[in-house]
Amino acid sequence: MKYVLLFGETKERAKQWEAMPAAQREAAYGPINAWFGKYSSKITGGFELQPERTATTVKFTNGKPVVTDGPFIEGKESIGGYAEVTVADLDEAIEMAKGWPTGGTVEVRPVVDRGEPQR
Amino acid sequence: MTAALVRTLGDFDLAEELVQEALLEAIEHWPREGIPEKPGAWLLTTARRKALDQLRRQARYRDKLAQLEGAANLMRDDTAEGDDRLRLIFICCHPALSREAQLALTLRAVAGMTTAEIARAFITSEATIAQRIVRAKRKIVEANIPYRVPAEADMGERLDEVLAVLYLMFNEGYLATGGERASRRDLAEDAAWLAGLMVRLMPEEPEALGLLALMRLHLARADTRFDDAGNLILLQEQDRSRWDQERVASAMVLLQRAASLRRTGPYQIQAAIAACHAEARTWAQTDWRQIIALYDALIELSPSAVVQLNRAIARRYLEGAEVALSDVEALAEALDGYYLFHATRAELLRDLARESEARQAIARALELTANPAERALLQRRLGN
Repeated sequence: MKYVLLFGETKERAKQWEAMPAAQREAAYGPINAWFGKYSSKITGGFELQPERTATTVKFTNGKPVVTDGPFIEGKESIGGYAEVTVADLDEAIEMAKGWPTGGTVEVRPVVDRGEPQR
Repeated sequence: MTAALVRTLGDFDLAEELVQEALLEAIEHWPREGIPEKPGAWLLTTARRKALDQLRRQARYRDKLAQLEGAANLMRDDTAEGDDRLRLIFICCHPALSREAQLALTLRAVAGMTTAEIARAFITSEATIAQRIVRAKRKIVEANIPYRVPAEADMGERLDEVLAVLYLMFNEGYLATGGERASRRDLAEDAAWLAGLMVRLMPEEPEALGLLALMRLHLARADTRFDDAGNLILLQEQDRSRWDQERVASAMVLLQRAASLRRTGPYQIQAAIAACHAEARTWAQTDWRQIIALYDALIELSPSAVVQLNRAIARRYLEGAEVALSDVEALAEALDGYYLFHATRAELLRDLARESEARQAIARALELTANPAERALLQRRLGN
């Protein structure tokens, strides 16, 4: 069964991350890369996203698309990235989320199953 | 047409929904492709196709439900495998479900209560409970929450979750008062029954034993907590000759068994505190020194301002109101929204003859509790 892990990121964390010297950031990626390595057989997709400030939102008002700057949910947290995982059940997906090394928040969402053969 | 589909699907709501979808599809297709020769047959075929899609998609859902219902039925048969019961308890108390859903689902599926009974116990509508259960079951299926006993590595955490659900259920019933008392006392008994089931299924888990002991110790004096008019009687004034000694004794056996497993925990300590009260023949004989030591151990394991408050109350009886009050004042920030903080403070202020401050504290406590028996007690004190 497929799930998507949505990695939440606070504005402060994103700022800290950006302010890090390159070498330090490199080192900070270590545990993240290790996580992806550990679960490489279960991760079937995903990306780290550019910071929230790069987001553009298209919102339909009365069916008319309006383009605005910013993410579509304004809040303390935004989505910093996501991973698509293929695992047996929710417990396995939760276990992966619990091991996420940077802290913060991880939302676990099952994807809609249309009965297509799974990768 | 709906009726024809209901026969296939056995589900009226679903059939109606599919007919609607078929009509929508017709609105899309017919203007482009022209109205088919037999529009009725076209609609029915379309709806049937959608029904098959739905059924295929829902096959897993129904299997899962059948599993759940089947397991619930097994519960009524004592010869059933213990593992099945455990799986059922763990899925009902899965941390991915909301606390309310865990409570409702556990009572429905494990304790076999009807939704009407659960609704009465929680003083809410049957529709609310039914909806909670439906939503929880749907999440179990859609998020694929596994139906199994947790792996060793997760067991501690998952068992804590189960015990927390049972403890909350017990408190819901035990702390209830007034007119709702009778039906809610049953909820406390049900929680104790479920804790007993956990002990039978996992006899080597000291915290399950501790929780059951704690519940039995409280239930042993449940009858003496209220007078005939439904007024709350404090521990100090309860008729100890009416405490259920058989229950106390059975709790003591459980606690000893838990202690022999040599893994202490918050429920065992709370039970030990309750046991100190149960063993004191009179209020004056209460071993406060031991109780304070137990509160210290509890604070070390799971620090909480409420436990600190209880410890301060114990100090009042050992060392006096002044010492206790200074402990209590230190909790002001953490517990400002908790009525017992203000009620305790009022008692201590009154002991120290600071009457006007005491009355203010009682007034604040009154603002914070809706529980009729608690309110009556506070109002009696205001009247004094």
